[in-house]
Amino acid sequence: MDLSILQNSIAPLTLNDLFSNFWAYTITGLALGAIYALVALGYTMVYGVLQLINFAHSEVFMYGTFATAWVAVFVHGTKSVSQSLGNTIGLLALCMVVAMATSALVALLVERLAYRPLIKRGSPKLVILISAIGASFSLAEIMGLRDRIMGWFGLEDKLHNYVSQARNVYSSPVTVDPHKVFDFFGYGVTDVDLLVIGAALAMMFALDIFVRRTRLGRGIRSVAQDPETALLMGVNSTRVIRTTFLIGGLMAGAAATLYMLRIGTTRQDAGFLIGVKAFTAAVMGGIGNLRGALVGGLLLGVMENWGSAVFGTQWRDVVTFVLLVAILLVRPTGILGESLGKARA
Amino acid sequence: MSTTAPASARSSRGLGRPLQVQLPPFLRSRSARFLMVALGILVAYALPLLQPPFITTPASDFGGVMVTAGSYALVAVGLNIVIGYAGLLDLGYVGFYATGAYTTGVLTSQHAHWPFFLVLPLALVVTTVSGLLLGAPAIRVRGDYLAIVTLGFGEIITQVAKNTPWLGKAAGIKNIPPPPSIGPDEIGTDQDGIFQIPHLSWNGLVPSIDDAHKTPFLTFGVLDAIPYYWLILTIIIVVLIADILIKDSRVGRAWEATREDEDAAELMGVPTFRYKLLAFATGAAIGGVAGSMLAAGQGGFISPDVFPLQLSMLFVAAVLIGGAGNRWGALAGGVLVAYLPERFRTLSDWRLLIFGLSLMVIVTFRPQGILPPRRTRRALRAQAEIEEIEGDTVDA
Repeated sequence: MDLSILQNSIAPLTLNDLFSNFWAYTITGLALGAIYALVALGYTMVYGVLQLINFAHSEVFMYGTFATAWVAVFVHGTKSVSQSLGNTIGLLALCMVVAMATSALVALLVERLAYRPLIKRGSPKLVILISAIGASFSLAEIMGLRDRIMGWFGLEDKLHNYVSQARNVYSSPVTVDPHKVFDFFGYGVTDVDLLVIGAALAMMFALDIFVRRTRLGRGIRSVAQDPETALLMGVNSTRVIRTTFLIGGLMAGAAATLYMLRIGTTRQDAGFLIGVKAFTAAVMGGIGNLRGALVGGLLLGVMENWGSAVFGTQWRDVVTFVLLVAILLVRPTGILGESLGKARA
Repeated sequence: MSTTAPASARSSRGLGRPLQVQLPPFLRSRSARFLMVALGILVAYALPLLQPPFITTPASDFGGVMVTAGSYALVAVGLNIVIGYAGLLDLGYVGFYATGAYTTGVLTSQHAHWPFFLVLPLALVVTTVSGLLLGAPAIRVRGDYLAIVTLGFGEIITQVAKNTPWLGKAAGIKNIPPPPSIGPDEIGTDQDGIFQIPHLSWNGLVPSIDDAHKTPFLTFGVLDAIPYYWLILTIIIVVLIADILIKDSRVGRAWEATREDEDAAELMGVPTFRYKLLAFATGAAIGGVAGSMLAAGQGGFISPDVFPLQLSMLFVAAVLIGGAGNRWGALAGGVLVAYLPERFRTLSDWRLLIFGLSLMVIVTFRPQGILPPRRTRRALRAQAEIEEIEGDTVDA
C-alpha cells in the first residue's frame, strides 16, 4: 500500500519509537486522517440520505487522483520536477478544481446510472448495493483500460502521456518539497501538513454550514430524517439525492488532490483501500453524521500511525479494522452517534 | 380473484415474469423426477469428459475451469445460507475461504503432513469456530455494520497471512499435497488410476472418442483437473442435500422468520440471535470446506494474493445474480461468475469491465436474480394480482 511512504523515513518500530516520535506520528496521522475524513463525507452523506453504502465512492475518489495527475502533466509535461509549495500553489488550486469537477461528474454519473433507476423502482437495498459494486468494477476497469478505449477513437498516440500503460502506476510529475514551518515538540511541522489539514478542515466547515444553514441543506436533513414526510412537505427527493452525490464527489475530488500532494502516485485500484478505510472512518464517527466523519477520519489516521509505530507498518490495515470492530462493539452507533437528520436544526 | 389470463402475463414493470416451468405430464410422477435428478447428476459428472462444443472453454483447460466453477458454486451455496436464508450481508466471506485453505495448507504441508481427508473435517471445524467467534460480536451490531465488520475481517485475515512467517508470509504455502489417489499414480503416464476414461472430441457437431486424452479414475495429479472436479461435485451434492434438509426443518423456518421480521420472530419465541449465529457459522463452514479444496487443488499452492477482498464482492454478486434465497440460483450464480469470464477469454482484458456492467444491467432488469426463490415469485404474483384488482395503483 502506497500509504506506507508517508512514514518510510522512520524505520525502527517499537513502543520507544512511538514515544520518541510521538508528535511526528500524530501530525502525519492527522494529515492522513483529514484525507480519510473528506472521503468519508461522501459515504456518510449518501448513507444518511439513502441508508445505502455507496460502494462506487472509492472510484469517485480514484478519478479525482487521476484528474489531479493529468492536470499536472498537462501543465508541466511528463518530466518530473520538484518544487516548493509556494511555486506550486497555483497549479494545486487548478488541480483541485479540476479534480473536484471530475469526481463530482463521476459521482453524478453513478447516481444516474447505478442508483436512480433502482431507487425509483423501490428495489431492495441488497440489489442497489450490487449495482453499486458493478459500477465500482466498471469505473475502475474503464480507467485501467483507458489506453484501449482511446485507441477506438484513434487518440491513443495523441494522448500518450495520459493513457499509455493504463494498468501501471501513474504518477504526478510535480512533487512538492515540504518545508518546515515551525517546531512542534521536536517535530518540524511542514507546510504540506498544514495545507492538507487546513484545506480539509475548511472544506468540512463549509459543508457543515451548507447543510445546517441553506435551504438545500435543510432538504438533505429532512430526507435523511424522514423521506416520506419530506416528500409530503414538497421536498424534491431526487434532487436532494443528486445533491448529496454531488457534494460527496466534490469532497472526494478535494481529498484526491491532497492525497496526490502527499503520495504522488495512483492506479486504477488505488481507491479501494482508501474507500474501505474512509467508510470505516464514517462508521467509527457515527455514519450519517458529518462531524462524526471528521472525528472518525482524524482518529483513524492517528490510530493507524500509532498502531503501525508499535506493531510495524505491515500491520497498519489490521490495526484499522480491529479498532473498528472494537468501537462498534462498545458503541454501535459510532463515537458521535448517527445524526444527519437529527442534527441540531 | 380473477380467473382470466394469468396475472403474471401482464406484468409490464420489467421486473421479469416469474419463471414457470410446466413439466409435461409424463414427467410429473415421483419416479420420473427421481430419474431426471439422477440423469442431471450423471451429466454433471460427465460434463468435462464430454467437452460439449460451444460450452467448452477454448482458451483454457475445460477441466480446470469446471473445478473453479464448482468451487465458486460451493462458496455461493454456503454464502446463500448467510445472505439468502438469514439475510445477513457478509462481505468478508473470503476470510473463511482463506481460513479453510490455510488450515489445510498448514496441516498438510507447512507444519505437519496429515492426510487430506483428516484435515478436511478439521478445516470445517476451524472455520465453524472462527465463524462463531467473529459472528458473536458482529451479529449484535446492526445489519449494515455487519457488512463493514465482515469486510474488515476479510482484510484482517489476508493481512495476517501476509505478515506471519508461520503462515509463509507473502510467498504463501507451496507443495500442498493433493487428496490421496486410488490406484497407481505415476505422474504423466496414461496408465494411472484403476482405469482410464477417454474423452470425447468434437468435429463440429460430430463427436468421436478421443483416445489420446484419458482421465485416470481417481488419481489426483498435476496434469488432469477432472478428478478434482469430481471431488468438488461430490461435496457440492452432499452440501446441497444438507442444505435441503436444513432449510425444510425448524431451523430453516426460523431463519426465514428472522429475515422477514426479526421482532415478530423474537416475539414468537424464536431465539433470533442464536439462529443468525448458526447461519453465519454454517456458511463459514461451507466456505472453509471450499477453501480446503482449493488448497489441496491441482496447483497445491495458496498465498494471500489468492484471497483478495474483491473476491468477496464477487461471491456476494454470484449469490445475488443467481437469486438470494434459492440454492439452485446461488449454484447457477457461482458457476456463471466463474465460467463466463473463462469462456470469453478472447476478451480477456475486458472481462472485469463486462462483469461490472453486466452486474448493473442484471440487477436493473431482473433484480430478484436469475432464479428467485419460490417465495419471491409468489410475492410477485400476488402483487400482480392485487394490481389487476385495484388497477395499477399499488406501488412496487
